[in-house]
Amino acid sequence: MAIELKDIENIAHLARLQLNTAEKAEALGSINNILMMIDEMRALDTAGVEPLAHAFEASQRLREDVVTETDQRAALLALAPNAAEGLFLVPKVLE
Amino acid sequence: MADLLDQGIASLAKSLARKEISSVELTKTYLSRIAAHNPGLNAYVTVTAEQALAQAATADAARARGTAGPWAGVPFAHKDIFCTQGVRTACGSRMLDNFIAPYDATVVERMRDAGLVMLGKTNMDEFAMGSSNETSWYGPVRNPWNTDLVPGGSSGGSAAAVAAHLCPAATATDTGGSIRQPASFCGLTGIKPTYGRVSRWGMIAFASSLDQAGVLTRSAEDAAILLQTMAGFDPRDSTSVDLPVPDYLAGLGQSLRGLRIGVPKQHFAQGLNPEVERLIRSALAEFERQGATLKEVSLDNSHLSVAAYYVIAPAEASANLSRYDGVRYGYRCDKPADLEDLYKRSRAEGFGAEVKRRIMVGTYALSAGFYDAYYIKAQKIRRLIKNDFDRAFSEVDVIMGPTSPHTAFALGSKSKDKDPVAMYLEDIYTIAVNLAGLPGLSIPAGLLNGLPVGLQIVGPNFAEDRLLNIAHQFQLATDWHTRTPGVAAASRGDR
Repeated sequence: MAIELKDIENIAHLARLQLNTAEKAEALGSINNILMMIDEMRALDTAGVEPLAHAFEASQRLREDVVTETDQRAALLALAPNAAEGLFLVPKVLE
Repeated sequence: MADLLDQGIASLAKSLARKEISSVELTKTYLSRIAAHNPGLNAYVTVTAEQALAQAATADAARARGTAGPWAGVPFAHKDIFCTQGVRTACGSRMLDNFIAPYDATVVERMRDAGLVMLGKTNMDEFAMGSSNETSWYGPVRNPWNTDLVPGGSSGGSAAAVAAHLCPAATATDTGGSIRQPASFCGLTGIKPTYGRVSRWGMIAFASSLDQAGVLTRSAEDAAILLQTMAGFDPRDSTSVDLPVPDYLAGLGQSLRGLRIGVPKQHFAQGLNPEVERLIRSALAEFERQGATLKEVSLDNSHLSVAAYYVIAPAEASANLSRYDGVRYGYRCDKPADLEDLYKRSRAEGFGAEVKRRIMVGTYALSAGFYDAYYIKAQKIRRLIKNDFDRAFSEVDVIMGPTSPHTAFALGSKSKDKDPVAMYLEDIYTIAVNLAGLPGLSIPAGLLNGLPVGLQIVGPNFAEDRLLNIAHQFQLATDWHTRTPGVAAASRGDR
C-alpha cells in the first residue's frame, strides 16, 4: 500500500512534526520503501492467530494507593525551557 | 600501568582487593587514556572526571576500612540512555542536549551502590534508533578495529569504548540487536537479558515492550559480574519480573557435556557471508569438542521478524516520543508563533531524520484504518515468532548462529541518502529474539580480514546463567575474546 504526499502531510501533522518540501519528498520515498518491506507480512495467513502485545503477556502490576513521590516541583520546573511562578509557559492559547 | 588497561572487571577487582593499585590511580589511568583516544573515536559524549575521582576516593576509603564490596572502585561507562542525576542525559539527541536528569535510573543506582566508578556517558544512535551509531546528534562513533568502519549500533559508543580500552566494561541497551550487533562488530561479549530481568526505570524509552538493558564486556565472566549488579525486581518498573536472580559467577563452572545446541537453518541461508559462516561453524565444532550436540532447528517465521519489528517498534516509539513537546523539558524552538507551531517546530528541530521517520511510520501504523493491517498483523506474527522459539526450545537447550551476516561495514555505506531498509536488515538475526523477549548473547568467534565475527547464543526465558556459562566455557578454550584492535594495542607503547 504505497502512500502519497498528502498522506505524509497528514501523518506529519498527527505526529506534530513540521516538514519542509524536501523533507516531505524524502519521507515519501523512504517511508514507502519501509512500507514495502513491512508489506511482506501480508503473504502470511494469520487467520485465527491471537495478537501478542507483550512477550510474557503480563498485565500491569498495581501498587498500593499511597503517595510515594516527594515534592520535586522546583527541580522539575528548572528543566523547563520557559517557566514562571510555578507554571510551564507556552504561547498564548486563548485571546 | 599499560597491562592494567588490558584487564577486565574480575581481574581489576583482584588488583584493587590486593591493594596493588588504588581506584583513584586506576580511574586516572582511564581518564588520561580517554583524553588521548576519545577524540578519534567519539565513543564518550560526556566524561565525568570529577565525579569519577570522587567515587574512586570513596571506594578506596571503603576498602581501607574493610567495608568495600567486591567490585568497588572498578571503573566503567554508562550508555547515555540511562538517567544520571545531575549529569546530562542526551540519548544521542538534540532534543535532550540540555537535559540534566533529575534522578538516577535503577541501573545507575544499583551500580553506584556496588561501588562501581562511572567514567562517563557513551555515544549512541539517537533514541537508540540505528544499527551503526551514525544517527547520533553528537556525530558517528568510529570502530577501534578500523576507524573507517562503524562500531555497530545503537550501543556503538559503549562498544567502541570497551574495545579501545577506554573503560573495561559499559552498560548498553538492546531493542532489536543494539547490544549484540555492536558486540559482534567490536569483538566483545554482549548480553541482552530476558525482557523484565533488568529494570527499565530511568532508561529512556524507545519501544517499551522490547527495550532491555545489558552490558558490553571483554569476557563472559565480566558480563556475569555486571549483570549481577543490575538484575532483579524493581517495583518502579511495571514490567519488571519478580523472580530470584541466580548467582551468575558461581554458575560459570559447568561442563557442556550433553548440551543440545539448536542451529536454525534460516540463520545460515542466503545473505550470510560464507567466511562468517565458516567461522561460526568452526565455533560450533568447538562446542561439539566439549561434548555438546548440534541439531538443526527451524524458525519458520524468522524471515518476517524485521517486517513485524518495523511496525511494532515505531508504533511504540511514536507513543513514547510524544512526550517531547518543547514544554516541560528538552529542546524548544525559537519564537513559536502559537502552541501548535511550538510543538511542530520543537519536534522537527529537536529530532533527527531517522527518529522522525520512525515516528511517522509508527503514527501511520497506528492510525485509523491501518491499525489492523499493520499493528495487529505484526502482533500476530510476533506470536508466531515466539511459538517458533518455544517449539525449538522443546528440543534444544540453546540456539546458536551468527550475530550479524557480516563484519563491520564502512561509515556512510548504509546511511546518507540510502534506503533505510538496508540498515534495518542489519538486525536480521537479532530482532526475533527481542520480539520473543528471550535472552541473547554475542561473543567473539573469530576474525575475518582482521575484523571480529560474533556468535549469537539465544536461550529460553531467564536462562542468562546458562548463556554466560556456555560463553565462559568457550572463552576458556579459545582466545578470540582477548584479541584487541590496533588502537587498544597502541596504548601499550604510550605508557
